[in-house]
Amino acid sequence: MRDNLIKYILGIADNSLILGQRLGELCGHGPNLETDIALTNISLDLLGQTRNYYQYIARLSGNNKTEDDIAFMRSEREYINVLLVEQPNDHFGYVIARQFYYDVFHYLLMQNLQNSSDETLAAIAKKGIKEVSYHLRFSSDWIKRLGDGTKESHQKIQEAIDDRWVYTNELFMKTEADELLINEGVGVNVLDFKEAYYQKVSQVLEEATLTVPDEKYYQKGGKEGIHSEHMGYILAELQYMQKSYPNLKW
Amino acid sequence: MILKKQLIEKELISVLKTVSDPEIPVLTILDMGVVREAREVNGIVKVNITPTYSGCPAMDVIEDDIIKAFDDVGKKATVELILSPAWTTDWITLEGRKALEDYGVAPPLNPTADKEVLLEEKRMVTCPNCKSTKTVVVSQFGSTACKALFKCEDCKEPFDYFKCL
Ligand SMILES: [Zn+2]
Repeated sequence: MRDNLIKYILGIADNSLILGQRLGELCGHGPNLETDIALTNISLDLLGQTRNYYQYIARLSGNNKTEDDIAFMRSEREYINVLLVEQPNDHFGYVIARQFYYDVFHYLLMQNLQNSSDETLAAIAKKGIKEVSYHLRFSSDWIKRLGDGTKESHQKIQEAIDDRWVYTNELFMKTEADELLINEGVGVNVLDFKEAYYQKVSQVLEEATLTVPDEKYYQKGGKEGIHSEHMGYILAELQYMQKSYPNLKW
Repeated sequence: MILKKQLIEKELISVLKTVSDPEIPVLTILDMGVVREAREVNGIVKVNITPTYSGCPAMDVIEDDIIKAFDDVGKKATVELILSPAWTTDWITLEGRKALEDYGVAPPLNPTADKEVLLEEKRMVTCPNCKSTKTVVVSQFGSTACKALFKCEDCKEPFDYFKCL
């Protein structure tokens, strides 16, 4: 039970860590000052939530494990984030498309996780949902601004929305640990809100005068620890300090 | 009102009052509402604080500052971060709201008004500089995660608005 609970929490937390890291790369590189600050503030929220999850896992694990061990000392195959969040920033449209696809999911997940029978997870979700609602507002606004903007912005956001679409279905795939924790009343059954997810996504895209992709071929693997070629580079940067100077503290 | 559930022993208030939010130095942690419990048990002061935002980098500093403040008066203190119930901007005291405004940060409105000013761009936030309400939102994210960026169309000053949580 404990190992499954840990795995269940990692499935949520690793998404926040890797997406937070990706957004952190944009610090000082946003298209304008306000957007730069917004993206890094979202990154900060995600990393803060990650810390809450990892601190909880560290407590569950015992053996003096720390949040840093979990964040920095695992190998690539041990991270179980979805492929969506590790996709590169490419151009600004890709940053927004990835964020939007994740925010809609994240919001629905937090909404449901508030009712978890696990008190710590419920508390993290109650705090998290307030933050995630700002993230969703931000990414939805940008989808509309770019989609309903100039010819070029429309074309670029459509390109990103199409290319990242294949990663959305993995959000709704369940691992063995997920199934077990759902039965315990701890985990959220993501299939319960899959329809709501695609409805919300379509609604915003249509409002933005964008075409909703209808591709039925989907990518998967992240939840099993099988990542895209980008993951190694993310971890190289993320883990560098802790691997070079084990147990370093600020 | 949840505020009443705060359990802070009277004798400890004077020390806690000396600790402020490092990002908004005019605001004590008591006015901020982050101290949920403080009591002395067998000579050790136990303080529970709750984070304003999940990623609030100020929390680690606040923890160290509390320990140091009690150390200065010869007391040993331990600080625990608790997540539930989640902090809300309603816990900022009236004195705290006043201190925020004097500092140049517009204090949070109620949740409905908050949505209206941030989404529908209604003009309800008062400029802390000239008190005009001809203010517009520039960005939903300001200098820190808990603030949005506004500007005043009368005095032209940009300022932070403390978002409703
Ligand atoms: Zn003004």
